[in-house]
Amino acid sequence: MRGMEPGTISVRVWRGREDGGFAEYSVPRRASQTVLDVVTFIQRKLDPTLAYRYACRVGMCGSCAMTVNGRPRWTCRTHVAKLGAGPLTLEPLANLPRIKDLAADLAPFFDKWAQALGRFVPPAESKAEFAEVPPDSKARQAADAGIECIGCAVCYAACDTAAWNPDYLGPAALNRAWTLMNDVRDAAGPARLAAIAEAGGCSACHSHQSCREHCPKNLNPTASIAGLKRMVAKAALAGDIE
Amino acid sequence: MSRARVEAWLFVAQRASAAALGVCVAVHLATIVYAVRGGLTAAEILARTQGSVALALFYGVFVLAVAIHAPIGLRAIFREHLGWRGAALDAGIAIFAVLLVWLGWRALGGLFG
Ligand code: SF4
Ligand code: SF4
Ligand code: FES
Repeated sequence: MRGMEPGTISVRVWRGREDGGFAEYSVPRRASQTVLDVVTFIQRKLDPTLAYRYACRVGMCGSCAMTVNGRPRWTCRTHVAKLGAGPLTLEPLANLPRIKDLAADLAPFFDKWAQALGRFVPPAESKAEFAEVPPDSKARQAADAGIECIGCAVCYAACDTAAWNPDYLGPAALNRAWTLMNDVRDAAGPARLAAIAEAGGCSACHSHQSCREHCPKNLNPTASIAGLKRMVAKAALAGDIE
Repeated sequence: MSRARVEAWLFVAQRASAAALGVCVAVHLATIVYAVRGGLTAAEILARTQGSVALALFYGVFVLAVAIHAPIGLRAIFREHLGWRGAALDAGIAIFAVLLVWLGWRALGGLFG
């Protein structure tokens, strides 16, 4: 088997759009080599037409995620050595349209982020005083637990509900909504609550924790969504949903 | 009522009916296990159930919980796996809920009356 040869990795890479196919490449094995290094080697040395995406290479920007041997991963922080000696199979992220080769179209992912009102909305009139945010308050701790999201869409690609239900907002957008619902400075609570109470919102989540399992930042979107479910249920009982 | 509010209420109804079902199923099973010690005939069952208000109330609530829980769950399954959406699905699901209440209460009537 070529992948077992010392010194080389056999790599199957998705080429084309939805109707593409796999191309095979042989890439020299290096110390501390990441999957992104492998892809970059192919693009620089073997086939300059290969399309893929990355920016920071240090796990901050969230742009390099792909499907690696069937699992969504951030490729700049995934070491080839940790994946075993076998061949590598690389595809674009699942649950998103394919643009070309390893680049998935993230528009639906970020459209849903916007639909969940996943952005900070300041109050209409700026307050003279600074908002007081006690770091150890329950709300701030809940927000902090989900705040380190890099928007990589790994969780979205790992989520079966996102695969089955095209309306589902997905773990990242809902996790972001949760952090904002716990931000005392934010002024869009009621509108956001209505957005996430919709059919594709938090109640569509099956709590099977695939998002948590795959999130490279070790976040727990399932817990954030459970928090939103409680919030929505309480608001429904209180008649507070717009 | 806004769509968001309807969905939120369906979610609450689904959870509340699940909690009720948990209790109902446990009581139902415990009663069966207790009642059939040493065998049980149809005549003996009817002798205990006919005219029993406690039975009618308990199973009346049980049927209602089923009629709330099952259709909402089915609606989610249809949406996810068959791509059904919209008013036709909701109408079909509502009919299913009414059917469950009717069949359940009819069976209960047979035991009680
Ligand atoms: S827990 Fe919810 S968001 Fe996470 S993978 Fe499962 S359905 Fe998706
Ligand atoms: S929650 Fe985790 S997996 Fe999902 S987009 Fe954010 S960092 Fe990526
Ligand atoms: S390239 Fe930025 S996270 Fe991987």
